[in-house]
Amino acid sequence: MNVTLKIFRYNPEVDKKWHYETYNIEAEPTDRVLDLLENVKGYTDGTLSFRRSCAHGVCGSDAMRINGRNALACKTLVRDLGDKITVEPILGLKVEKDLIVDMKPFFDNYKKVLPWFINDSPLPEDGKERLQSPEQRERFDDTTKCILCACCTTSCPSFWASDDYLGPAALVTAHRFIFDSRDEAAAERIEIVSETHGLARCHTAFNCTMACPRDIQVTKAIGELKMLTVTGKLE
Amino acid sequence: MNTHQFDVVVVGAGGAGLMAGLYASKTAKTAIISKLYPTRSHTGAAQGGISAAFGNSEEDRPEWHTYDSVKGSDYLGDQDAIEFMCNEAPQAVLELEHYGLPFDRTPEGRISQRPFGGHTNNVTGKPVRRACHAADRTGHMILQTLYQQCLKNNATFYDEFQVIDLLMDSKRAVGVVALEMATGELHTFHAKSVVIATGGHGRIWEITSNAYAYSGDGAAIAYRRGIPLEDMEFFQFHPTGIYKLGILITEGVRGEGGILINGKGERFMTKYAPTVKDLASRDVISRAIYLEIRDGNGINGENYVYLDVRPEVVNRYAVLDGRTKPDGTPYTVTAEELLKKLPDIIDFNRVYLGIDPMTQPMPIQPTAHYTMGGIPTNKFGEVLDENNTPYAGLYAAGEAACVSVHGANRLGTNSLLDLVVFGKYAGLRAAEYAKDTDFASLPADPTEFTRQQFDALRNADGKENAMTISNEMKKMMFEDVGVFRTEEGMRRALDKLAELRERYTHVRVQDTGKIFNTDLLNAWELGNLLELAEVVTVSALNRQESRGGHAREDFPKRDDQNWLKHTLAWKRGEKVEIGYKPVTITKYQPKERVY
Ligand SMILES: Cc1cc2nc3c(=O)[nH]c(=O)nc-3n(C[C@H](O)[C@H](O)[C@H](O)COP(=O)(O)OP(=O)(O)OC[C@H]3O[C@@H](n4cnc5c(N)ncnc54)[C@H](O)[C@@H]3O)c2cc1C
Ligand code: SF4
Ligand code: SF4
Ligand code: FES
Repeated sequence: MNVTLKIFRYNPEVDKKWHYETYNIEAEPTDRVLDLLENVKGYTDGTLSFRRSCAHGVCGSDAMRINGRNALACKTLVRDLGDKITVEPILGLKVEKDLIVDMKPFFDNYKKVLPWFINDSPLPEDGKERLQSPEQRERFDDTTKCILCACCTTSCPSFWASDDYLGPAALVTAHRFIFDSRDEAAAERIEIVSETHGLARCHTAFNCTMACPRDIQVTKAIGELKMLTVTGKLE
Repeated sequence: MNTHQFDVVVVGAGGAGLMAGLYASKTAKTAIISKLYPTRSHTGAAQGGISAAFGNSEEDRPEWHTYDSVKGSDYLGDQDAIEFMCNEAPQAVLELEHYGLPFDRTPEGRISQRPFGGHTNNVTGKPVRRACHAADRTGHMILQTLYQQCLKNNATFYDEFQVIDLLMDSKRAVGVVALEMATGELHTFHAKSVVIATGGHGRIWEITSNAYAYSGDGAAIAYRRGIPLEDMEFFQFHPTGIYKLGILITEGVRGEGGILINGKGERFMTKYAPTVKDLASRDVISRAIYLEIRDGNGINGENYVYLDVRPEVVNRYAVLDGRTKPDGTPYTVTAEELLKKLPDIIDFNRVYLGIDPMTQPMPIQPTAHYTMGGIPTNKFGEVLDENNTPYAGLYAAGEAACVSVHGANRLGTNSLLDLVVFGKYAGLRAAEYAKDTDFASLPADPTEFTRQQFDALRNADGKENAMTISNEMKKMMFEDVGVFRTEEGMRRALDKLAELRERYTHVRVQDTGKIFNTDLLNAWELGNLLELAEVVTVSALNRQESRGGHAREDFPKRDDQNWLKHTLAWKRGEKVEIGYKPVTITKYQPKERVY
């Protein structure tokens, strides 16, 4: 089939202002949007710039706005979009070139929630694993799936309003540790996510959940954190 | 001029690089340089598990793991290194757990383990549960956990810096040159020790499970600086990639009971591996699939077979095989359980094929997967020359390295183990070396060779297109230097590679800018792939036998008399020079390999 692919273009070294460029290319319905971008870059315009690596939705490199919705280009198929496709950078982060945005504020927010396991108690006497029941493990399974692609955070109206809002991805990471029965820093993390730039900024708009390519129940996780700040109890 | 000084510079932030960085940074000033954000590294794509003979669900021992890996390697692995890795495995996996890695759990709360190809109980010969897993995203959890530990320890990262050259002062490493992608600036990192952990080169082949980033940068860079590459003919084709796309379907699917079926509806693995059947070693299964397809037994005569994990199919064959659960009761699965254990696999099928594996079989074909060869090292990560003498201050670990623990064929789950064990020792050794030495001086013009390479790509006549060359290489390599090889095919491949390499000198990048010039970097990466494709092919052509992942139709048998040795390949001008070195054999004398 023939696809009309409209791509947001901006090269700070030559352009005063961003613009759109349209390409007509032959595609299979099963092609990924990433395949189309590779095609344009490889055969038509080598200057087109975007990030990618794994090409099957597990590394989190290629979050973009595809027909107005945040998604991974490698996990979005032409057949689900039709023959008119518009690709733009994700919103709320500075565009560095074409589809590449500055990820630093995103990772800075991630780092604020102490995204590492904390348990300073002695290890079990046999030196083996800290025990955890399958049920305890299941409790935080969903939020361990996050690949830090930023689809959620850059679909969030509160983040667009101000990038000092931690954003859903950082909250998902906080959830992953707070609900891990082996972790001992829940109190510290709850304090961090309760500050003014944290949970209070979330107005449960669900954009984030809709955007997550890993099907993480982002709003649910944030809801559980909110409950926690009210009840103070890890159930 | 941007010059930085560090005791240790680690190139690569996948499992191996992060582990090296974590350990080195405990005692030495360390930088971790990565062309991708660390969490985008290919370790994150690993699905099935990491092996360790804990015996959390049934009896298991490191000796069995060692023997299985030696046998899996088709006796080309160095047995001292394999034994070392398998003995270290339980502690290495526990260390990950202590860092918070969310492994799946047994009812007793211990790390859950599943069977994987080639891992057996050495007494009964039956598959053993040795692969520790976190659903089907074990690598993702390892990558996240190690990155998080590095952040916790305040490690210094240079994200989206691509290393282009290794600086050597005769046989000593003194640093690297990297391009900062956001600005296009070149940076020189002056170091006492350099650790290369850049992953593999599976992008040489058309059908591949490997990321775009798998362009063999580290190996190509070292090779250009005179360091030999070991056993490059040994590349693993994983039996189960999604048809045409190559996306990996983990062996864990067969561990959970999935069965391979040909176009006649037969479970064909009973013919090729009567004991362990669908859980035979990867090379064995890839060849079986290839032969089935060639004999017209593909599905509808096409180039694929089915991998069937529908619960009723799994349960039917489990009865036939007499398979039991750890408690001795008959093995059964439900769709719900499979969904929990293999969520990503099911998702890939739904997204890319529109297939639900719970009600339909998955179309699969062998896919290029894993680089067994690479930069020669010993078990401490020290890079070796042909006499096994270490290059001073130079280390390698992970898929970029060849210890060799995988020999001619890697067992599933042994790579993640390799990263954690040898990443750690490379980091420790690198830091130790740095402690006792001073900085050696840098070359007068450290970025000269880097600039030369880029200038060539900027100033060529532009008659040729990089993408076209790349596609021709991939297709040709998959056909002629793939699962099966012949002298005729490989000679054809070498001619074609010579042509492609000549055409490559006419490639001119369109992007003349500095900011995120991925056009330039992609073209440079293609140069690495072409260079390594040639090394692979020359190494393969010279080895006149079949062993593990290297299967020759014209030499179908393993030949220990003449070929129980490691290949080494050097760059001599525009030629590949081949030499050999012995395999270390300690306890296990080579035997015929039957599954
Ligand atoms: C789909 C898939 C599933 C797998 N499943 C399993 C499994 O279940 N069990 C198992 O044991 N193994 C598995 N493997 C194999 C295993 O995952 C890999 O071998 C392993 O993760 C490689 O790790 P690494 O640290 O060597 O490299 P990577 O994780 O790939 O890291 C390479 C790093 O080097 C950096 N880099 C590369 N080039 C440069 C450069 N020029 N400059 C700067 N940085 C650079 C990259 O940015 C990256 O950070 C699987 C592999 C694949 C593809
Ligand atoms: S639910 Fe909260 S975090 Fe998610 S998009 Fe809405 S405001 Fe943002
Ligand atoms: S929660 Fe989902 S959308 Fe958000 S960063 Fe993680 S994977 Fe991406
Ligand atoms: S390229 Fe890895 S998520 Fe798309």
